[in-house]
Amino acid sequence: MKKLLLGNAAVARGAYEAGVHFVSSYPGTPSTEITEAMATYPAEEVFVEWAPNEKVAAEAAIGASIGGGRAMTCCKHVGLNVMADPVFTDSYIGVGGGLVICVADDPGMHSSQNEQDSRHYAKAAKIPMLEPADSMECKEFTKLAFSLSEEFDTPVFIRLSTRVSHSQSMVELNDRESVTVKPYEKNIPKHVMMPAMAIKRHVVVEERTKKLIAYAESSPLNTVEDNGSDIGVITAGIAYQYAKEALGDKVNYCKLGMVYPLPKQKILDFAASCKKVFVLEELDPVLEDYCKALGIAVIGKDVFTLLGEYTPSMIGKAVLGQGEKSHSVPQEALPARPPVLCPGCPHRATFYVLKKLGLTVSGDIGCYTLGAVAPLASVDTTICMGASISAAHGMAKVRGAEFNKKLVSVIGDSTFMHSGITGLSDIVYNKGCNTVIILDNSITGMTGHQENPTTGKTIRGEATRQVDLLLLCKGLGIERVVVVDPFDIAAFEKAVKEETERDEVSVIIAQRPCALLKSVRYTGKCRVTDACRKCKLCMKLGCPAISVCDDGTIHIDTSLCNGCGLCVSVCPFHAIEKTEE
Amino acid sequence: MNVMIVGVGGQGTLLASRILGNTVIDLGYDVKVSEVHGMSQRGGSVCTYVKFGEKVYSPIIDKGEADIILAFEMLEAYRALPYLKKGGKMIVNNQKINPMPVITGAAAYPADILEKLAAVADVTALDALTMAEEAGSGKAVNVVLLGVLAKNTSIDYKAWQTAIKATVPPKFLEINLSAFEAGYRLA
Repeated sequence: MKKLLLGNAAVARGAYEAGVHFVSSYPGTPSTEITEAMATYPAEEVFVEWAPNEKVAAEAAIGASIGGGRAMTCCKHVGLNVMADPVFTDSYIGVGGGLVICVADDPGMHSSQNEQDSRHYAKAAKIPMLEPADSMECKEFTKLAFSLSEEFDTPVFIRLSTRVSHSQSMVELNDRESVTVKPYEKNIPKHVMMPAMAIKRHVVVEERTKKLIAYAESSPLNTVEDNGSDIGVITAGIAYQYAKEALGDKVNYCKLGMVYPLPKQKILDFAASCKKVFVLEELDPVLEDYCKALGIAVIGKDVFTLLGEYTPSMIGKAVLGQGEKSHSVPQEALPARPPVLCPGCPHRATFYVLKKLGLTVSGDIGCYTLGAVAPLASVDTTICMGASISAAHGMAKVRGAEFNKKLVSVIGDSTFMHSGITGLSDIVYNKGCNTVIILDNSITGMTGHQENPTTGKTIRGEATRQVDLLLLCKGLGIERVVVVDPFDIAAFEKAVKEETERDEVSVIIAQRPCALLKSVRYTGKCRVTDACRKCKLCMKLGCPAISVCDDGTIHIDTSLCNGCGLCVSVCPFHAIEKTEE
Repeated sequence: MNVMIVGVGGQGTLLASRILGNTVIDLGYDVKVSEVHGMSQRGGSVCTYVKFGEKVYSPIIDKGEADIILAFEMLEAYRALPYLKKGGKMIVNNQKINPMPVITGAAAYPADILEKLAAVADVTALDALTMAEEAGSGKAVNVVLLGVLAKNTSIDYKAWQTAIKATVPPKFLEINLSAFEAGYRLA
């Protein structure tokens, strides 16, 4: 049976067909849908979970593998940084049941804070890495990754990129293999990584890499397509698709489905058969540097960019001198349309108040990073998951108490569970006086509504125990924990003023659910009345539904307004009212 | 055939591209549908690509390559203009959604977009929002536009209906089918 599947859903299908028993991940665009798709398969066949962060997810998957089951963990590129610690050492331990680590890079940074290239991790951790180029390969490579993992006793990376993860293409479906969980074997020299054991395991790892190189030479993953041309192209992943689109059969291809370790002889032979060789790879010159180290004079980043995504036309121009297709262009500069907080977003109220109070805001990763966008422009810093709290701690220590009274951290519920707790304990332990605002919107928002330990539901929607943020903060030793609804602007403002003034650490839990949750039902629409004095205070909210007309009057677009009523409560002249539906 | 679907995050472009993708696979074409997830979905410019034919390699559409652009919003239609093939067709919902730089006064919403587009391309403009509301829900803008698209392709009416039935949740099916019908009849 054939089906149109997203690359991510195809990875999940591959894992399912490979008989995977356990999948644990933390959501991260563009990888999220792998684990979501995994949870559509029967619970009796595969245990699927959202973990609080990628490190926990990877450790759980490693444990499942040592326990004899086939296991998988999936993350975005920066998630791999979080899980790097267990992953590097699991390279030494190897696997019981097959272990696959899917990592999705985001060239072009569609939804990321950096553009790192995960292929460096494969080399650094000495873990083989496969890179599919479409959904069918996503499925097949993932299946193969499980058997390679067991054959070579190593975790195996599947490297994806946004355009592979988020493109749908045709996939031939097969049945699930019946794979039983292997018996557990206590094996201290292999499973306990202390120096005496790890020294011996490192030897095994280096031997394994040699065997993997031999495998790469003959693997069906690495293919050569000889079209009788003088020009050769060495490529992998989505760049292969762009090359095929732009260059067709006018060049020869060496398509690498396994990007670490690389097939030395195969590449040498391919290069020898061509007069001119291009390396086509988005992001860093990983394949290019390898080829150059082999003494092959390839053309790569000297003509292609290190930044963002490639396109077929870019490749056609550089390799064959093809011109762009003719097209028209707008005759004026167009206003950009950056993403914004949705109408009804609880964070809008939070940032409105923080901006009004003129606070320095140490930000974090989530929808609320958009609090940095004008007109709210409230967020000062965004680094990585959890850094809002720890970075504010460092900032407060160097800048002193007065600065700290105008400084807050903002962090979402899911991000707080991910890596905010440790930063908060640092503040408590080291006598910080910071104010931390947990934006509890009852869901992991940015990645598209995933459950987390604070929501009371599992990935399959079953009821479960719920972490109580208030008790958790109290348990860390914080005496000042205030729960407030940010839409009650007066109460929220009062809480922020009071807590920032204190000479002790405080947590404000700003509680209001995401406006896009099905359980959230605002009724009616907001409407501007004749009482409007055109003061434009409502414009400070940065609500996409509210605009100023040419004559200065305020207009609320009813197709965008969700009736949250935040503008009604900020209007000093009571000139905005709610209409009934 | 290359179809580019552009709009503002939250307008339902993703569902439109999925319905189109499912319509054409049923006809035996090779298909690729490129989607947008994550941050840009939050009210930003979004574009999805649907490509189908004998064999499709790249999931993305380059400048000058789109046979049809289905635009959910006027400014986004204008932004997508460089992607339209010479002689290609643009189907534009005449809705205007101000982007934040316009709301804050940092930039102006371009004037007379439909006229400017019509000067260089074959444009069909319609008020898909009102048509969707008349069909039962403003959220069905995407399916109204698909109806117009359907009329501009040689794909059989029934194939679209089958794909809509397979993609849309049952409780919204009736609204979506009448929204599709409204778009189809207009073109």
